[in-house]
Amino acid sequence: MQSESSSELQTATEDTGIYIVDDEERRRLLRRRIERISKWCLPAIVLLLTVWYWDRIVHWNEIPHYILPSPGRVISTLLADWPILLDALLITLQITCLALAVAVIGGAGLAILFTQSRFIQMSLFPYAVILQVTPIVAIAPLIFIYVESKIAGLLICAWIVAFFPILSNTTLGLNSTDHNLRDLFRIYGASRWQQLLHLQIPTALPYFLGGLRIAGGLALIGAVVAEYVAGTGGIGSGLAFTILEAGYRLNIPRMFAALLLIAGTGVMIFTVLSLLSHLLLHKWHESAIKRDS
Amino acid sequence: MQQKLLSLRHVGKTFSANIEALRDMSLTVAEGDFLSLLGPSGCGKSTALRLIAGLSDPTTGQIAWHGDQTDHSIGFVFQEPTLMPWATVERNVWLPFRLTGKSFSSVQDTIRESLALVGLENFAESYPRELSGGMKMRVSIARALATNPRIILMDEPFAALDEINRFRLNNDLLKLREKLGCTIIFVTHSVFESVFLSNRIAVMAARPGRVIRELEIGAPYPRDERFRTSADYVAHCRTTSEALQESMDGHD
Repeated sequence: MQSESSSELQTATEDTGIYIVDDEERRRLLRRRIERISKWCLPAIVLLLTVWYWDRIVHWNEIPHYILPSPGRVISTLLADWPILLDALLITLQITCLALAVAVIGGAGLAILFTQSRFIQMSLFPYAVILQVTPIVAIAPLIFIYVESKIAGLLICAWIVAFFPILSNTTLGLNSTDHNLRDLFRIYGASRWQQLLHLQIPTALPYFLGGLRIAGGLALIGAVVAEYVAGTGGIGSGLAFTILEAGYRLNIPRMFAALLLIAGTGVMIFTVLSLLSHLLLHKWHESAIKRDS
Repeated sequence: MQQKLLSLRHVGKTFSANIEALRDMSLTVAEGDFLSLLGPSGCGKSTALRLIAGLSDPTTGQIAWHGDQTDHSIGFVFQEPTLMPWATVERNVWLPFRLTGKSFSSVQDTIRESLALVGLENFAESYPRELSGGMKMRVSIARALATNPRIILMDEPFAALDEINRFRLNNDLLKLREKLGCTIIFVTHSVFESVFLSNRIAVMAARPGRVIRELEIGAPYPRDERFRTSADYVAHCRTTSEALQESMDGHD
């Protein structure tokens, strides 16, 4: 019904060039336009006000920069320390991306294995849950005792945190196939492999992508937390270590600058994964279609 | 005399919870038959169809194919359109070919022909979500027809559609059958639909499910809207309705 009435509206637009049918419609459109603008403007205003108030507080109370730096000082530190911060950012980013990649392969692979054999699922699933519910901060020190390479240790930690949402979501998706379609595949004599490839994996794709978006954020958290635990300096120190080190030296502006970069990285990962999800689903999946309109 | 295609001999099906879905069901389907299985819900119509499709095995009795023993090809149309939402219309129709290892380009013409038969040649590249309920059902029918199977099984395919669409698809289905000469087993709970479409109706009773009457609908094909209002049609509907009543009286 709804799609019919909207297509009618669209024809009206094409014919007359006028979208507005009556007063109610005019109000509705106006409301929608205001909402669209507010969606971007309001957060921007909140940000500006916060930054301005922060700046004023520092200025009015004459707070020294080693206690609370002004926003301007954070930005200038970000620019001045850029070479150091960039190196650290690249390392954190590298760990996060690698961990996410391993989580995708491990999580999705294990999910496929689970749906192929219930016995494997019964044997392993409880341990996947245990690994997930045990705080990574508690596991990490042990990992760094047994794993020589610091990078490998960070990677393992980030992977442990990130793989579970992919595993559980993909398993759910692979088991959510339409029962009639499953029957149809059987009638046409589909092999197990064909059923997996042409039915289960496409059905699981939206679930997997949902898990991936959660895992992206978790991989970053895992990488940062593990680095705090690892704590040692030298080569291969990421943003978390930069924050620790700057803290020891009371270089508060650099702490803020590094924090800004971590937050930015998280936002970027989420945006990229959302975009990927949209690209893969927008033609057919309900979730992506609703977001369009 | 038409050639026999399929026989059910004393077929029974009992599910694990001691539910007897079918008991001693015997039925013969001839080449070119349009056979309707008509009965109240729970009479085992769909179970019978699933047994014929090979989706489950009978507890007792047997299902035998006559003639060519190597070809048990089946087309199946469910109550829901049962399309893959991630694939375009033509890719959905490609499915049965794809599962037998045929590339899309090698069967593209067959797919287009099949879509043209159901009047959807212009929607080959649309996604299922862009189609109405009736159109989705047509895609489902095109997919069942495309492989030119020996028999098409339809499980209440039009039950979820509104009456106008149902009548239209009834007419189109008969035209398709006229053109292709396919054999169809059609499950329905509508007396009117079964009389309009079929040349034979097997009226079934519930608990346990079985065939209690077989009716011949002698009216010649092609049948169109005029048949729907003819005295002949009304008479057949009355007979069928009485048989259905009889099937329910014995039990409630």
